[in-house]
Amino acid sequence: MNNCEEKPKVIALAGNPNVGKSTVFNSLTGMHQHTGNWPGKTVASARGLCGGGRYELVDTPGAYSLSSRSPEEEIARDFICFGKSQAVIVVCDATCLERNLNLVLQTRELGYRTLVCVNLMDEAKKKGIELNLPELSECLGVPVIGITAKNKSSRKKVLKALDELMCSPENKEKTVPYPNELECSVSRMMQQAERLCRYKLNPRWLCLRLLEGEKELLEKIDIFLHGRLSCAGELLKLAECERERLGALGIDDEKIRDMLAESIVKESERISAGVIKFNKDTYTKKDRALDRLLTGRLVGYPVMLLLLALTFYITIVGANYPSDMLAKLLFGLEDEIRAFFSWLRMPEFLSCLLVDGVYRVLAWVVSVMLPPMAIFFPLFTLLEDAGYLPRVAYNLDNAFHKCKACGKQALTMCMGFGCNAAGVIGCRIINSPRERLLAILTNSFVPCNGRFPMLIAVISMFFVIGCGKYSAFASALMLTLFIVLSVILSLGATKLLSCTALKGEPSSFILEMPPYRTPRVGQVLIRSIFDRTLFVLGRAAAVAAPAGAILYLCANISIGGESIISICAGALDPLGRFMGLDGVILLAFILALPANEIVLPIIIMIYSAGSSIIEPGTLEEIRALLIQNGWGIKTALCFLLFALFHWPCSTTLLSIKKETGSTKWAALSALLPTAAGIIICALVSCLFKIMGI
Amino acid sequence: MKLNELRVGGKAVVEGLQTEGPMRRRLQDIGIVEGTEIECVGRSPGGDPAAYFIKGAVIALRDEDSRGVLLKEDTEVKNE
Repeated sequence: MNNCEEKPKVIALAGNPNVGKSTVFNSLTGMHQHTGNWPGKTVASARGLCGGGRYELVDTPGAYSLSSRSPEEEIARDFICFGKSQAVIVVCDATCLERNLNLVLQTRELGYRTLVCVNLMDEAKKKGIELNLPELSECLGVPVIGITAKNKSSRKKVLKALDELMCSPENKEKTVPYPNELECSVSRMMQQAERLCRYKLNPRWLCLRLLEGEKELLEKIDIFLHGRLSCAGELLKLAECERERLGALGIDDEKIRDMLAESIVKESERISAGVIKFNKDTYTKKDRALDRLLTGRLVGYPVMLLLLALTFYITIVGANYPSDMLAKLLFGLEDEIRAFFSWLRMPEFLSCLLVDGVYRVLAWVVSVMLPPMAIFFPLFTLLEDAGYLPRVAYNLDNAFHKCKACGKQALTMCMGFGCNAAGVIGCRIINSPRERLLAILTNSFVPCNGRFPMLIAVISMFFVIGCGKYSAFASALMLTLFIVLSVILSLGATKLLSCTALKGEPSSFILEMPPYRTPRVGQVLIRSIFDRTLFVLGRAAAVAAPAGAILYLCANISIGGESIISICAGALDPLGRFMGLDGVILLAFILALPANEIVLPIIIMIYSAGSSIIEPGTLEEIRALLIQNGWGIKTALCFLLFALFHWPCSTTLLSIKKETGSTKWAALSALLPTAAGIIICALVSCLFKIMGI
Repeated sequence: MKLNELRVGGKAVVEGLQTEGPMRRRLQDIGIVEGTEIECVGRSPGGDPAAYFIKGAVIALRDEDSRGVLLKEDTEVKNE
């Protein structure tokens, strides 16, 4: 196709939540936006080039309509309406096309070039849904293609349709018929509106919005038209007259909006009746049975806990062996590296700094943290891909409701298990500002992927000794208990906030539960390891390397006969002891502010600086080192608790500051879990003292 | 009858909406208008929210929200 313009044409990608927009986006642009089987995955617009640079595709967050207003739906609406895109691709879910048509019809009203991509054709076929797409295209007056976005062949199909769309004249004039009273008003305003819009905006759409009278939207239209709307006194007066006339007929603002919404739903219904044929029930027996198992009254909670425990069990068992192997390999290389450096005639001091400082901390990060991460992330992503997370939100909503929060907070909490920063950003799916703030502030109460490995390591070093071959099982069980505790505290903090700083009543809650999909195992594995695990590890390593160097320096530079490290640790020691920890542990948590992954490596580093055990590599050796430095059951327990409840990492804090737009909220989000952690640790420590252990 | 009173397995047709403002819009967006058929397909372990089959999708609503959906009295059908 020959397009003479050099600048890529901007194409907006729109659609209901969870119809696979991000999958279409990824397959067209070759980018790797994170996709998942739950509504609200995309919370900000992503951009990417496709078709050899001919098009710039913009992925927008899912929206049910162009009139609703949650922050992420507003992002979508604003871009689709005013983003100056040259065309809009509306992605639809073939398994519930009728509802998806609402957005198609609303988008068509905007008058931009529109392409409808009916995605998930394979799922529809499985469910016995027959779609007559040529007929649909005829009814809508815009091109319609059927695709299965996860298949490669769909890419070409979309590009071809896009090329044809850009060469074709604008949409055929097809409109949703509204009740006569409204149509009369529109036709009376059209002439004025046409003069104002001049190809920039569809005049009929503008008339409808003027009748609807949503102030915020009208202000945005005014900005889009460079202030011409607010100057168009005649049109505004006319609109006011029409609204008064309708009001006199008993059609008030609320009724107008109802009529608009209902007409669109009815039109979708009419079109679908001629296009969709159901041969089977779409909510299949399999889905019903799974829902009864996963969200059932009696079994819902136990199954949820079991799945959590199973995930941990696989992680622990799976990480054990590679962890030891990596430790042996990496620490075995140490001598070689030292030899290599001395062959380079590197000064003794520098080579010690690089090997004992940088390399060792890096080696611990890789050997202790990488294996659990590389297993937990994909497992978690599999559950996500299968469509389980919305069920978790559904199961837990009652508890969140009681805390006057939104059930979707359960979703953002689940995202927090992966990464708290991602969880915080994910909070945009929550509509009410108060509830969104609640979710943001309490997100770091649940441990992220960067904290799981240290929990696992300490649990398996101190708590499951003597369980023999059941030790992995016992570890998983114990970790599950800790997670349940963190969820309870997260709920408690939410409740506390909604009774104090963020008082208010819970707002409405609508959560779509997508059909279960067989997870794409191969893709999940590749994506979660390469995109997420290695990314997180890279970040941890980037922090660990300089931290290692600084630590080494601090441990070896002394002021008045004492190293800087021991001065700092000494200063923190009283507080640490009070919490059942020691100064070194507290210092490690403080130093690990940029990445929680390096807490344990820092502790080992500091301890081993003054220890007889030179190279603690495997868990056994690390355990011996910790015990030598006064660790017992109490220390380990307090460590676990403090690992769960302390300040969020700097990335998360920055995200919180960005999302809330205030340093105060970010500070509170650090203060809350830290206070909880200090109190709980102090209590546990006291309890141990009373019991005389 | 109101939507939150629909038993699990029961189907009924919507008569109208009794809620105002943004929630009304949202319910309309997901296809709940006069004449829409809704089936209650389950309740969460905590008893609230419940899941409804609406226009080809399963959607969870809290009781305090579904209370705003009025159902036609004589349309309830017990499934299976």
